Amino acid sequence: MPDLYFGATDEATDAERAAVAEAIAGFGPVVVRESERLVHAGRARTVERRQLLLPALHALQRASGWISPGGLDHVCSELEVPPAEAYGVATFYHLFTHEPPRADDTLHVCDDVACRLFGAVDLIDDLRAEGHYVKASPCLGQCERGPAVMVQRTGRDDLTVTAVDGGRVTTAEVAVAIDTATSTPSVTLPQAGSGDLRLLARVGVVDPSSLDDYRAHGGYRALEAALAMGGDRVIAEVTASGLSGRGGAAFPTGVKWRGVADQEGRPRHLVCNADESEPGTFKDRVVMEGDPFSLVEAMTVAGTAIGAEQGWLYIRGEYPVATARLRHAIDEAYAAGLLGGDVAESGIRFDLTLRSGAGAYICGEETALFNSLEGKRGEPRNKPPFPTTHGLFGEPTAINNVETLVNVLPIVQMGGEAYAAEGTERSPGTKLFCLSGRVNRPGTYEVEFGATLRDLMDLAGGLVDGSELRAVMLGGAAGSFVGPEALDMPLTLEDTRVAGASLGSGVVMVFDQHDDLVDTVRRIAEFFRDESCGQCVPCRVGTVRQEEVLVRLGRGSHIDDERDLLDDLATVMRDASICGLGQTASGAIRSAIELGLLDGIAATGGTEGEGSR
Amino acid sequence: MNETAVSVSTMVEISLDGESVRVPEGSTILDACRREGINTPTLCWAENLTPVNVCRVCVVEVEGSRVLVPSCSRKVEEGMVVATDTERVRTSRRMVYELLASSVEMDRAAPEVQAWIDHYGARPERMGDPAEIATQAQPVKVQDDLYVRDYERCILCYKCVEACGDDAQHTYAIATAGRGFGAHISTEHDVSLPDSACVYCGNCIGVCPTGALAFKTEHDMREAGTWDESRQSVATTVCSFCGVGCNLELHVQDERIVKVTSPADHSVTYGHLCIKGRFGWQHAHA
Repeated sequence: MPDLYFGATDEATDAERAAVAEAIAGFGPVVVRESERLVHAGRARTVERRQLLLPALHALQRASGWISPGGLDHVCSELEVPPAEAYGVATFYHLFTHEPPRADDTLHVCDDVACRLFGAVDLIDDLRAEGHYVKASPCLGQCERGPAVMVQRTGRDDLTVTAVDGGRVTTAEVAVAIDTATSTPSVTLPQAGSGDLRLLARVGVVDPSSLDDYRAHGGYRALEAALAMGGDRVIAEVTASGLSGRGGAAFPTGVKWRGVADQEGRPRHLVCNADESEPGTFKDRVVMEGDPFSLVEAMTVAGTAIGAEQGWLYIRGEYPVATARLRHAIDEAYAAGLLGGDVAESGIRFDLTLRSGAGAYICGEETALFNSLEGKRGEPRNKPPFPTTHGLFGEPTAINNVETLVNVLPIVQMGGEAYAAEGTERSPGTKLFCLSGRVNRPGTYEVEFGATLRDLMDLAGGLVDGSELRAVMLGGAAGSFVGPEALDMPLTLEDTRVAGASLGSGVVMVFDQHDDLVDTVRRIAEFFRDESCGQCVPCRVGTVRQEEVLVRLGRGSHIDDERDLLDDLATVMRDASICGLGQTASGAIRSAIELGLLDGIAATGGTEGEGSR
Repeated sequence: MNETAVSVSTMVEISLDGESVRVPEGSTILDACRREGINTPTLCWAENLTPVNVCRVCVVEVEGSRVLVPSCSRKVEEGMVVATDTERVRTSRRMVYELLASSVEMDRAAPEVQAWIDHYGARPERMGDPAEIATQAQPVKVQDDLYVRDYERCILCYKCVEACGDDAQHTYAIATAGRGFGAHISTEHDVSLPDSACVYCGNCIGVCPTGALAFKTEHDMREAGTWDESRQSVATTVCSFCGVGCNLELHVQDERIVKVTSPADHSVTYGHLCIKGRFGWQHAHA
């Protein structure tokens, strides 16, 4: 063991050793070359071992409910990672704890922007009063049925607990879910039965655990077609379709794929960004829970097209149901010869590895996600260089959002031009939207690009009784607020851009006249403060100072006295932060100010009153 | 290591503050600025460490880039149009200083740091009452006879981590832990330095720009009010402990050695030493 110092006085438990062994199984011992003095010098070693750090930490956390010093030293000795660095990685993630567990179950209760409209703050109090160990959580991606609880368990699978359809979850229902170790069933689609659905067509229809049923509903025909037409043709069709990234940045997918396919470097990677953590976003969860094979098939189509031998599916750690279904789908696909060394007897290799995040919004930023996969802290990298040339492990990488990838299936089957004929000229195809807040039927909706905000709200059954529209949070916490005057704006990339807004990840969160928007905006500021990685000064300190201003406003400070400071904070974060988190951390707040949402009610404060009707 | 020092034959032409200049291919924008005499502030950059571009105080405007770019790590490209003193640049640099100085103690930082704070008119006090805003205020860590870690002065520039790790020492005793405003430099499980992998080379102290890491001799003299750089002289010598030939700079006050450093541009040490050169001088006063 070269150069590593292990100082922990306690030893790993047998359970921890067994869990770690299982997590890193399949990777043999590293041969330490005489010349290799440095602990993590050489990329070969990084790829071999260090990328197992995150799964190994998950194994420790699950085995004993925390990252014990003895357990961490054991992991470091197995993977040859310096303990200080591993500790730095472990403390980066909210789902890892560093003190002996206070209870077998930790209840992560979402108190983010949507859930706090529906009594999340009270739920936290009630659950604590009943003796549960509760941590307030950022958005859990269950906004259509909040408030939501994610139960993190020692030695057992995690659970998601929410109301089933409509209503709010009770403490009794949470207790029953824990006793029976049962997650709340997946949501019923509001548009279920509609013949117009494409990306959601199989959700709620197909058995998510059955490859046969998936095939019976048209599954794996796109892969068959893609392998027959060859990679270049697939990329050409995707380019012709005009498909753009659905994660928020809207980069043309065909251009990205072509860029990777043209690289000479090997190996290449395909990464699916399923770290859906933007507050108000839950569309990818609905697809992954309801139609997990479609994502596995789409990644296989993408990977074989761009010549990537290795695919990585990085899913947020707060999605236990989707994670289990995807793991099962990947296993089934391997067993059926649809993944591995000879995909569908084509002679092409494509392996797919699923990795769970551990509670870090920033890991949805593509380069932070790479670092997280590599077993490093989820700190974004400076760009350029871009992932196309220097992605995962510094190798050529295409990284796409879940929704982007599943669009590839219809594109391959119907052809790029036919796909491009739908939607609008500059925003072809369909789009998933996440409706939440004060609408009658919150949920995931699929519409052709070009539908207006009003169309979407009508589809969601309109405003609840007694509500008057005050504002809509469009695109997520990294997006912006728009007022009632924007109701007839078509929700396309081009129209929102002209309006100075963004579709972001498809969030449409509706607020009415009773909602305490000062509190909402303060919670957004708190979110960015909590989720900043801490690497660069503008974001690390700027998000803290921004939240402090919002707290002062909630206590009655006047917006006019704080405007200069807020402006300067917004400017430095937007202009000088390393990544998109800092660059967008002030957007929603500034739009709220411009709309006057923070005027007038600044002195009311609090959230438990009207907010949790 | 900074690789731009190697000889390069190709030159590229860029526009720097309106002037057309030719600089070696592979240079950073910061290299170009220094070559052209454009004074540029830095905090996390050092000539003997890999640029991490986290402090963002060296940002400049590059035509075609939506956001400002860190001059310390961005390489020049043919035809690049760079502006180093625009309103956007001045605002961001001023704000970085305001954000840092409102959250950490900067009074032991190098004199040029205070000069830049004045230059950009940074007013950290407008961030709010220091008693009511978040700061890094915390007790000093004194765990042995050689080091003091005063993390309320830490601006999280990552230099000490780099010096302890890949850029010099390869000991990996410290790393960044936690996240966001709670991110901090830590040993594993925050154990004390004597219980960690630390080998007391002092290279982390050597690169610290704000006095967050200090030699205990210096810390004790500052606390006693006897530290006075105007009364110090520096004697350069060669370390006598082994045959490597490391240059030592002995900082002497009142005929006593108070600190040992090595020049960052020295071809043997690049500014880094081991415990013997850094601390093995007590016998001189025995």
